[in-house]
Amino acid sequence: MARIIVVTSGKGGVGKTTTSAAIAMGLAKKGHKTAVIDFDVGLRNLDLIMGCERRVVYDFVNVINGEASLNQALIRDKNCNLLYILPASQTRDKDALSQEGVGKILDELKKDFKYIVCDSPAGIEKGAHLAMYFADDAFIVTNPEVSSVRDSDRMLGILSSKSRRAEQNEEPIREYLLLSRYSPDRVKLGEMLSVDDVQEILSLHLLGVIPESKSVLNASNSGTPVILDEKSDAGQAYADIVARYLGEDRPHRFIDEKKGLFGKLFGSK
Amino acid sequence: MSLLDYFKKSKASSASLAKERLQILVAHERSSRNQPSYLPQLQKELLEVIRKYVNVEQDAISVNFEQNDTQETLELNIVLPDHQTKIS
Repeated sequence: MARIIVVTSGKGGVGKTTTSAAIAMGLAKKGHKTAVIDFDVGLRNLDLIMGCERRVVYDFVNVINGEASLNQALIRDKNCNLLYILPASQTRDKDALSQEGVGKILDELKKDFKYIVCDSPAGIEKGAHLAMYFADDAFIVTNPEVSSVRDSDRMLGILSSKSRRAEQNEEPIREYLLLSRYSPDRVKLGEMLSVDDVQEILSLHLLGVIPESKSVLNASNSGTPVILDEKSDAGQAYADIVARYLGEDRPHRFIDEKKGLFGKLFGSK
Repeated sequence: MSLLDYFKKSKASSASLAKERLQILVAHERSSRNQPSYLPQLQKELLEVIRKYVNVEQDAISVNFEQNDTQETLELNIVLPDHQTKIS
C-alpha cells in the first residue's frame, strides 16, 4: 500500500525542499519506488535541489490540465532509478492546482509507487493545503526558533482539521518532528531551544535532528540531495531519519555538541 | 559541573525566555483554534442586541468558549457601565 508523505512547516526557509529531496532519495535508495512532487506552483525549486532543472519539459499543472501524461512529466532521477520527480509549474495562476486534479494524480501515482513525497510550499495558502490534504504521514520540519515552532503548531492544527483523513473521520495523519538547523553548541550556551524544549511545546514524535551543516549548501550548489553526501553530518542525519521512518531502531545523534580540545579539558561530561 | 558551566549559568538564557513565550502563545492559540467558527458573528450580534438597551462599549462584552471531555461551555460576560446614562 502506497503512503503519501507531506513535508511541511508553515514557515519558509526551514528546509522543506532540502528535506523532501533527501528523504525521497533515501527511501528510493532503500529500494522503494518513490515519487517526489513539488507543490510550490509559481516558485518551483525542487528541480534545482534534485539537479534536474534542465530536464523539465512538462509539469504538475500540465498533467492536471491533461496537456501531458503523468509518465511524460515524471523525471527519472540521475542517481537512482527508483526515484522520480514531478516538478511544479512556473505559472503565476495560483488556482492552477485543484483538489480534484491533485487527488486524481495521487491516485494514479499510488498504483505504481510505494512512497509519494509532497514538498509543500511555505504558508497556508492553496498549495500548502493541497500538499497536506491527501497525506498519510506528515514530516513537520521545524527550526529551534520561536517563529518556526509557532508556525509548526499552526500546521498541526490544520493537519488535524482540514485534511482528508480528518474530514472523513479516518485514522489521523501520523505526525513526525524533524528538527533542522540544530546547533548543539548554542543549545549548551542557552542561546537556542533544545530538542526537549521543542518536543515539550509541540508534543510530537521526534524522527530526527539535522544539525546546522555546511554540507546542505554544498549539496544544493551542486544539485545533489544532501543524503548522498554520506560523510556529512546532515547526510547521515537524513539517512537515520529514513531508517527510523521505515521502522529501524537507531539512537538519536547530533543532539550533543562535538567537543574540541578545550571542551574536553574544561567540559563537565 | 565545570568552572565554565558556572559562568554560563550566571547569564539569563535567551532559550528559556523563548520557551516560556512559546508555551504561553501556543497554549493560547490552541484554545482559540477549537472554537466554533460562528463565535465572532455571535459576539457581534449579541453586542447589537445589548446595545439596544444598554450603552456598553465594544470591549465590554466577551464570549468564551471552553471545551473539556464531557462538555462544551459558552461563557458570556457583559460589563455594565457604573451609571445608566441611556434611559428612555
